[in-house]
This record gives sequence, structure tokens and C-alpha cells, in this order.
Amino acid sequence: MRTTAVVIGAGHTGLATSHCLAALGIDHVVIERGEVGHSWRTERWESLKLLTPNWLTRLPGLAYDGDDPDGYMDAAEVVAFLKRYARLVGPELWRRTNVESVTASADGYQVTTDRGPMACSAVVIASGGFNIARLPPFASSLPVDVESLTPFDYTSPASLPPGGVLVVGASASGVQIAEEVQRSGRPVTLAVGEHVRMPRLYRGRDIFWWLDRSGLHDERWDEIEDVARARRVPSPQLVGSKPRSTLDLNALTAEGVRLVGRLAGIADGRAQFSGSLANKCALADLKQGRLLDTFDEWATCHGLDGVVEAPERPAPTRLPDSPDLALDFAREGIRSVIWTTGFEADHSWLHLPVFDRKGRLRHDGGVVAPGLYRTGLTFLRRRKSSFIHGAGDDACDLTRHLADHVGAATDLWQDAGLRSVAAR
Amino acid sequence: MTEVQVKSAENGVNVEALLGARNALGETPEAGRFVWRATNEWVHGTHSRSSVRSYYGLGGEHEHKSEFDFEADHPLVFAAEDNAATPVEIVLVGLASCLTAGVAAVAQNREIQLNSVKATVEGDMDIQGILGADPDVRNGFSNIRVTYDIDADATPEDIRSLVAQSQKRSAVFDIVTNPTNVTVEVT
Repeated sequence: MRTTAVVIGAGHTGLATSHCLAALGIDHVVIERGEVGHSWRTERWESLKLLTPNWLTRLPGLAYDGDDPDGYMDAAEVVAFLKRYARLVGPELWRRTNVESVTASADGYQVTTDRGPMACSAVVIASGGFNIARLPPFASSLPVDVESLTPFDYTSPASLPPGGVLVVGASASGVQIAEEVQRSGRPVTLAVGEHVRMPRLYRGRDIFWWLDRSGLHDERWDEIEDVARARRVPSPQLVGSKPRSTLDLNALTAEGVRLVGRLAGIADGRAQFSGSLANKCALADLKQGRLLDTFDEWATCHGLDGVVEAPERPAPTRLPDSPDLALDFAREGIRSVIWTTGFEADHSWLHLPVFDRKGRLRHDGGVVAPGLYRTGLTFLRRRKSSFIHGAGDDACDLTRHLADHVGAATDLWQDAGLRSVAAR
Repeated sequence: MTEVQVKSAENGVNVEALLGARNALGETPEAGRFVWRATNEWVHGTHSRSSVRSYYGLGGEHEHKSEFDFEADHPLVFAAEDNAATPVEIVLVGLASCLTAGVAAVAQNREIQLNSVKATVEGDMDIQGILGADPDVRNGFSNIRVTYDIDADATPEDIRSLVAQSQKRSAVFDIVTNPTNVTVEVT
């Protein structure tokens, strides 16, 4: 079988890509390993909600139209939204189909699936940016009687063994899980490395209102100084909760969570933590201050000072006088560890020389190779690329590039045909 | 008259005083709390000068016999002026000095006569870390190797035991092998 373009994945970026391809009249097939929004059905813990408010949940051709614009969707609501979007887009969708490999062919690519091969001129990889939990190498040194979970294994506090819990990593997943586990009566120790602190509401508006309206989320990958670094910035300490409360380290300290430094190693039944906690918190406080300064300047510039509430600054992060530097799992009764240490994309089926020396996909704003595209990675083309509302602009850009590519390929083919006629 | 007394080791370490201090601290543990200090001042480029003069301990302030100065800079391959050793080399100096002091003290306590003690210290570092070129590479040493060449009136096993015990009681060995809370403030 042959089609012009294959889109791998029917999540928000794959469906947005399909929408844009259809608008350009480019025939294509969307291949999905499960059902629409598969990872939202199968890989999310029970309480998880989007970081972004409902009013920001928009894709090309469909925006949130419910009655709770300031709320945050749970996984089931995201799936329902995506199903509705899939009906609207109406792609040729191969459900329950696994992509086994993508290889180069003479005139494009071959996508091999468990339902047979598909030849195409272009491939858009829309299989999500957060497929695999990234663990430090010493994770395997945990004592055997301590349970080790990633966010993919974790469902709710009730699924954990009784006793203390070490949560490693204080980005969005880490602070959310730490809070609910602590509230379940299991004492939590949170290992904190580099993190991004943000208030849920600033001057009365959701922080995403500021990120969106000020244009910060539209900053492009080719405009900023160090995109490699920007792509490594961890997810912000936020939770989409009903009271719209801030979930920073001070909130966790108030809940009784014990803060320690970055986990440096595990040996002989003990974990050791870096002594750099004070500096990591100072860095995050300063960075948050610079972000809020940017918003204040933008608000003044746009005459919003009387419209939104007055500027404010959150209190500096409070720390224990002398944070613990080590923890003995057995002695302290710590029975489980949750690794909220980041995610990475799975490209194991992409059999092409498109990786750097560390095995990471090389791409320029989502353009991997002629006719090969990636969507949905952190800061792919814009600061908002990994969020649902970031999918639309990236899909428009990349499908336009794809249209030029397949158009160019057609022209080349015609040129070659004409030349062969002329030579006769 | 025949000399029957066994000649005791003489390494120049006053072990009796150290053991006496250990016993005294059993009565007054707060006297054991020391604060070590250094001051540092930028000279030019990556060159800076540090001084050590006073410290606190045994319940009061003390002064060294004189002020000790240390210079630090970075080498020519770092496009610096190489006026002095690199700070990381000074860390290696600190480790070796501490371990060697420990070897001498333990040998004295064990009545082992030292004839010569020489150490070589090497630290491996990938400067992609400090340059921010690769976030997976740490800034500091990935490995430190210390090699001792000791001539002493003792068996090879006793000498290995000396070196092992010295590491066990070394402040700098602990500082470089275990985490420490560090706070840096600006006045």
C-alpha cells in the first residue's frame, strides 16, 4: 500500500497534523497503537489533571466549549475531548496497529506495522514525547525490599505499600504525587534538584494566562539563545486542582513533606543527597522572580495595571536549617521510591541515522530529515510545543513544510520524466 | 648495664595529647565544635588569594602562629594566566595532606616507625560539565586515585592497615566522599 504521508500516533498532535494535512489536500493515514488518546487511557495516575486550564485546551478546529473554563481536565475528559476531535477530523485511522519500524526507501519511507507495510513520501512522528521514564543509573541499587515505581506504575497512594515514601524529583509529577501520598498518611521525603517554581495564580489570573497572553509561550526555537538548554527545562511545579492553589515546596513543607537535596547515590541500603538544596531553591526563586518581572512589565506596557490585581511576590522557599544528607531505608521504614525524574521519547523503531551520539533524535524545529517530521517534544518549535494548545501552530508549520517537500518530490519526478523523454 | 627498653617509634606526632583531648571531650563535648575559616579575594581574571588566620575551637577563638596565604588561578589551556594552582588541585592537596597526617598519627599510635611517606593524587574530570556542554557530565571529579609509597618498619599488611585507618578518620576524605550542605550568601 502507498499513501503520501503516514502520521504515527492519534493523540492531540497526530490528530492536529491530520487536520492540517486534510486542509492541504494531502492524503494520509494515521496509525495508532491502541485507541485515540491511548496514553491518556492507560498511562496516567488516577488523580492526574492537565496543567493547563480548560479555556486553553484548543486544537485547530476545536476549542473547549464546556461550562468550566477555569477548571483542569482529568485524563477521562482529555480522552473525551480527543475522541470528539477525532470525529471532527475524521482521518483514515488504523487503530490497534503497532509500528514495528520506519526505514528509508528509494522514494521516501517504509512504515512496517503488524498489519503489513505502508510506503509513503513523508512520515510525521506524533507518538508523544514522554514514553519512557528516565531513571538514574543507581536506581537499580535500591534495597530489594523497597518497591520502585515510575509514574507509569503509580496509580494512587493506596497502591503503595504502607510506610514512608521517597519521591525523587520535584517537577510537576513529583510535587503532585508527593502531595497526595503525604496526605494519605505515608510520610514523604522529596529529593529536590533543579526545578521550576510557578504560582498557580498570579495577580488573579492563571499562570498560563500570562504565559499565553504575554507571548512567552509563542517564543520560537530559532529565536532563543540556547534551545538545547530550553528543551531540558523541567516541567513547572504546578497542579490543576479545583481550589487553584499553588503547589510549590513551601506548600509541601506545610503538608509535612521532608525536603532533601538531589539524590546523589544509593549504596548499602542508604540514599545520599546532595548538599546543594539551598542553591537549587535560590535559583528557582530567582528564576520565578524574573518570570514575574517579565509579566509585570508586559502588563504595564499593555495598560493592564488597573485591570488585573496588583503585583505580588511569593515568599522565598523555606528550607530546613540543615537538610538531611542521607537516609537509611530500613531504619526509617521507607518502603517505596517513586522516580519522577523525567521522561523521554521512544524512537526504538525508527531505523534511520537521525540520532546524536547520545541516542537523541536530531531535528531542526521538528524537521528531522527530508520528509520526516517530529511533533510534541518539549520546545520543538515553540515554548508551548509540549502542551495541547501548542500542537496547532506546530502542526500547521510542519504540514506546510511537508506539502512543499512532497510537492518538490513530485516536481523532481516530473523533471526526471521530462528529461528521460528529452533524451530519447 | 644493658639497654632492654624497646625503642618506641618517633614520627613527631603527639599521640598522648590527641588521646588526652579525646578523653577530655567525653566530659565537654561542646569543646569539640570547631569552625574553620578562610577569606578569599579576587585579584584579576581567575586569579584569587585566600588567607587563613583564625579559627574557633575548644570553646574559644584561636590564631595560627602566622597568617597563611594561598593563591589560586587557572592554567593557560583555560586561557587564564596560570599564576597559581587550580582550585581543584588544591582540593587534591587537601586530601593528600589530610591522609598523610592521618598515616603519621595512626603509625605513631601503633608504634610503627615511618621512614618515608609519599603520595600521588589524581582526579579525573570531564570539563564538558563545567563548560555546560553536556548536562549529563558532573562538574566535579568522577574519580580520585591516591597512591601511597610508604617505607616503614612494618609488614606490608600493617602499612595497608595504616592507610585504611587514616581514610576512616580523615576529615577531607569524608568531605570529598560524602555530601555536605553548602550555603552561599551575598552581603
